[in-house]
Amino acid sequence: MSDIEATAAAVAEEAAFVRPNLQRQMWEGRAVKNNILTTLTWIIAILAAIPLISVIYMLLIRGGTRLFGSDIIEVLTALPPAGFEMGGGIGPAIIGTLVMVAIATATSVPFGIMAAIYLAILGPTSKLAGTSRFLAKVLTGFPSILAGVFVYAVLVVNFGYSPWAGGVALAVLMLPTVVLAAEEAIAQVPQRMKDAAFGIGCTRTQVIWKVVLPTGLPGILTGVMLAIAGAAGESAPLLFTALFSNYYLESLTAVNNPTASLSILIYNFSGMPFENQIELAWTASLVLVLIVLVFNILARLVGQPKV
Amino acid sequence: MAKNPFQQAGSSSTITRPPSGGELTADSLFRGMAYAAAAVIVLLVLAILWELGREAAPAVAKYGLGFWYGTTWDVNKEQFGVLPEIWGTLYSSLLALFLGGVFGIAIAIFLTQDFIHHRLALVFRTIIELLAAIPSVVYGLWGIYVLIPLLRPAADWLHDQLGWFPLFGTSLSGPGMAPAALVLAIMILPTVAAISVDAFRRIPYKVKEAAYGMGTTKWEAILKVMLPTASSGILAALVLGFGRALGETMALAMLIGNANQISWSLFAPANTLASLLASSFPEAGTVEVQALMYAALVLLLITFIVNVVGLGVQQYTVRKFEGKK
Repeated sequence: MSDIEATAAAVAEEAAFVRPNLQRQMWEGRAVKNNILTTLTWIIAILAAIPLISVIYMLLIRGGTRLFGSDIIEVLTALPPAGFEMGGGIGPAIIGTLVMVAIATATSVPFGIMAAIYLAILGPTSKLAGTSRFLAKVLTGFPSILAGVFVYAVLVVNFGYSPWAGGVALAVLMLPTVVLAAEEAIAQVPQRMKDAAFGIGCTRTQVIWKVVLPTGLPGILTGVMLAIAGAAGESAPLLFTALFSNYYLESLTAVNNPTASLSILIYNFSGMPFENQIELAWTASLVLVLIVLVFNILARLVGQPKV
Repeated sequence: MAKNPFQQAGSSSTITRPPSGGELTADSLFRGMAYAAAAVIVLLVLAILWELGREAAPAVAKYGLGFWYGTTWDVNKEQFGVLPEIWGTLYSSLLALFLGGVFGIAIAIFLTQDFIHHRLALVFRTIIELLAAIPSVVYGLWGIYVLIPLLRPAADWLHDQLGWFPLFGTSLSGPGMAPAALVLAIMILPTVAAISVDAFRRIPYKVKEAAYGMGTTKWEAILKVMLPTASSGILAALVLGFGRALGETMALAMLIGNANQISWSLFAPANTLASLLASSFPEAGTVEVQALMYAALVLLLITFIVNVVGLGVQQYTVRKFEGKK
């Protein structure tokens, strides 16, 4: 057999051999199933965005007209209206929310960061660290209203409603968030930086103050900002710790000093039969969402590594 | 060696020296404070248990276990039972878990399995995180003025057509189980999605490559390889989302109708433990406060168990993929 014949035979054989089609066909059962599921996932993802869009739309339409209208100063400073009264504002509630969040931050952040230092550096594997880490995680899923019940039993029963009771209730909710976020931020400080500091003879305290905390600061601040954002939006723990008030906070006394807050104002006004109050509830919602959003954005900004 | 060799001649710098006594004292003081701060968390949890237990003690002694299955809440007769509230809490949370779970897992798949460009995925992730940032009370307001009017025609139609079916047994007169469960689903969706995304991210890339190498379609890889591998993480996401739903208060207090009844109907008003606390506590007298403290204890027990189970499953997942810690 000559070469030419052999080649010809090989070509003929190859032509006779039907190659299986390895390309996936559009209408093959499994491809159809694949496409249907992909479409479904897209639909679900878009559906999930609808509530957010709707909430934002309503806030801007119903709250925005009042807030960004001509009487913005009145809305932001005046006292809440009574019954059939027109106009009015949410001034005391804004101040009350800010004051109580400040109290909560001032009480929870120092404890939170100190606890995180212990959990991440001083005794990460100790029994106490294991227990408190676990309990902090359990506390993040703690129903917020129970923080209110707890503070009611400890403070309100003895001293009456006050911004301090409200602030402490919020602090109980902020503490686990701060601890867990700060622990993660501190644990991410590279070991070699700590080693270098130890190597030149620093005590553990000096390593923490001069190396670990400055390096971990962006992450810690992110956690603090997120905790503040969460606390600002809370309402259940304030319901029977700060109660509500129609007037501005006059002093910071911790005895019988009910305090207004945006979230309770929304809750109270939402069920009222007066159009003016309902509109103010939307305005207060917009202000509250803006406050929460500012802290959320701050959290993202401070968390970015510096170049 | 009398002189420090690194010290420049004539300089009195004392930078190379052992820590002074003051520094050592500050060190042990600081470490003691850190230890105390870590102990504060443990003490806080103990204090919460102790305080709730102490306040609830008279009611626990008086009503005993009957409190769990009693169905009346009557202040005048001093009869208290929380079965309708336990039912409402579990029913609304399970409905929300079903909806929020399906959506949350689908979104986690959508975000991690290369459906969209990773920059777009980041935008989407931010949107989902923003859902979590909106305060509960704002969802309540939205539920009252947007969701309930929207649901009412659909609910009435379902009740007219399928009224014999227990789920549609009553008409929606305003607040009720359906709007409450829907809002609850929206609220737990970010939790479920975020933890599920973590579970998918933890799967080594080679697992997906191996699946594609076997010739699977994208969804065959997802359903037969990725989902089973991530299953324990997803289970943790569902359990923790369930825990969130159980304790949610304000949106439910505004939407569920605060009716002390047990019903299968999606459109009937109901009540939950948390919203019972929210609506009754501010005006309660001494006896009712004790009963409410007992209800708070019941809520604490239920959420505590659910959260501990969820955390346990989550830790199991982390260990499975990252080795024993």
